[in-house]
Amino acid sequence: MSKPVLRVQDLAVTFSSYTGGLLNRHERQLRAVDGISFDLDPGETLGIVGESGSGKSTLARAILGLVKVSRGRVMWRGEELTGLDEEALRQKRKEIQIVFQDPVASLNPRMTAGDIIAEPLWTFYPNMERLQVEERTRGMMKMVGLLPNQINRYPHEFSGGQCQRIGIARSLVLNPKLLVCDEPVSALDVSIQAQIINLLKDLQKKLGLALIFIAHDLSVVRHISDRVMVMYMGQAMEVAEKASLYRRPLHPYTNALMKSVPVPDPKLAAAARQESWLKGDMPSPYQRPKGCIFHNRCPLRVKRCEADVPALRRLENGDWVACHRAEELDLSIQVPASG
Amino acid sequence: MALLRVSNLEVDFDTPEGLVKAVNGMNFEVAEGETLAIVGESGSGKSQMVLSFMGLLAENGHARGEALFHDKDLLKMNPRDLNRIRGKHIAMIFQDPMTSLNPFLTIEKQMAEVVMHHQGLGREEARSHAVEMLRAVRIPDPEERIKQYPHEYSGGMRQRVMIAIGLLCEPELLIADEPSTALDVTVQAQIIELVSELRKQTHMALILITHDLAAVAEIADRIVVMYAGEAVETGSVDDIFYRPQHPYTRGLLASVPRLDRESDDELQAIPGNPPNLLDLPVGCRFRDRCVEAVEQCRQRPPLWVTQDGRSSRCVLPVEGGEILEEPAAVEQTA
Repeated sequence: MSKPVLRVQDLAVTFSSYTGGLLNRHERQLRAVDGISFDLDPGETLGIVGESGSGKSTLARAILGLVKVSRGRVMWRGEELTGLDEEALRQKRKEIQIVFQDPVASLNPRMTAGDIIAEPLWTFYPNMERLQVEERTRGMMKMVGLLPNQINRYPHEFSGGQCQRIGIARSLVLNPKLLVCDEPVSALDVSIQAQIINLLKDLQKKLGLALIFIAHDLSVVRHISDRVMVMYMGQAMEVAEKASLYRRPLHPYTNALMKSVPVPDPKLAAAARQESWLKGDMPSPYQRPKGCIFHNRCPLRVKRCEADVPALRRLENGDWVACHRAEELDLSIQVPASG
Repeated sequence: MALLRVSNLEVDFDTPEGLVKAVNGMNFEVAEGETLAIVGESGSGKSQMVLSFMGLLAENGHARGEALFHDKDLLKMNPRDLNRIRGKHIAMIFQDPMTSLNPFLTIEKQMAEVVMHHQGLGREEARSHAVEMLRAVRIPDPEERIKQYPHEYSGGMRQRVMIAIGLLCEPELLIADEPSTALDVTVQAQIIELVSELRKQTHMALILITHDLAAVAEIADRIVVMYAGEAVETGSVDDIFYRPQHPYTRGLLASVPRLDRESDDELQAIPGNPPNLLDLPVGCRFRDRCVEAVEQCRQRPPLWVTQDGRSSRCVLPVEGGEILEEPAAVEQTA
């Protein structure tokens, strides 16, 4: 057993907003992330999945110290990150990097690909030789599947998939130990998505990176994750090994997410539609349901779910779930024989 | 009889970098009550093609060819006549439900406007019609919610409102441009199901534009697959999913991550990137990314067509098909 590189303990992020007029101002609290805990081993990939508003991006930002944490701790290789001052935290970012969702918007349109990739080097190693920087930059471009002779081109000369490769090269140029990918493929075409996922997987193996891979779609994280955490309204509903999660989801919400992935087969799609049973939208974050936060959309709820909050608890096989009925429900997925 | 018949449609844009050829000679038909899906990646020209015959191209865009709706050419129509058709006979839903609604007007105002303009209804009638429509798209408590502003709706609800607005005048043709792409997977399924159900009830024809082949598996009757501004394959939904002919269609199908199969470690990707529309390759446009490319692909590939209306533009023959367009000789020596 290796020691985890990252430990997140009871992490919470709360945003405040104000309603009402000048005289009757009310503060409202939005619990974007609400008590998330997990460990991440070196070289491991944790997939995080949830609908928009589930708090997955805020969680990523909290780990990097990009938003203020209101409760809990982030431990990086035995050292607490929460509460570090600006400069100390900045130094840690050599080891923890992020790839953003929108590959085009997250690149400065007035900088060349080479400058974008090299910028972290200039920031952290201002005395580095020019030639050395260029060599490293070209090496990174090659590693992510770009041509080193494209070094002087601008982002608009690249396609979406290539821009995401630039973003990945930039995040890896400092040799980080952890890469947080916040929906890195959601904005890309299907045929390109697969390229980027395969690339990240390759790089991870080559560089021994730990990876946090965020997506809103369970089918996308499957190929890259070792474990998957399913989030809903800021809380973890289920954290499980990939093999068991995709064979037998424990939480009805995980099951609902799996059922809503479109199947590229007209007959199977029609059959899947009969079974789709998640109705309605996520409730307003200001009006969190009592009891289980998922109960008002859950077709399998019982009386108890409306009153008691289910704790995230560990089952015999080591997976975690926050559902009263996890043991009695059988949500196994039937995989048809291929052919 | 075809409700909409598009022939030899071309769209290009004048840009400072040169002429961008977005759509190159598209031909297709939509029959009454039919659901046609147009599938392609970003930059394949699928949206611009539809915008062109809706008269919504950007100023630097030009369209040529024909788009006959009830035998009248939409491309040659003056704006007044086109306005009578748009919204009433042909309605359109856009991708982003956040930006398609006016944030300063209540839902009621935005909905009533449509029927008051096109059907000359009074305010009260228009309002009750709008409430009915909201109920049809399953907005709970429509009498109250109609008084609200767009920001009080969630993303999925806003797209339902857009659909309701599109359907207010009972159009003969609804064009939905990536109606579910900006939404969560869980909501996507609901929206696609809703559109398909409403289509059955109203017998309207539907053009569904999407980059996601899997999303249309259940509801499309026929599918046109576009690549770099042209149709590479056309066929019935079963043909496309069970007997794809063109290597691009096969690649698209293989790159969809699936949960209903045992996982293999490597996801199948189509290598490379789509071509630059400023500088389209001579010959087959998919050649550089195609795993089955041969020397012949340097020529413009032939167009295969079968009796039952499927077609493929590729050197690979289609069973039971004949060549409609011979492969063109190399247009210029490379």
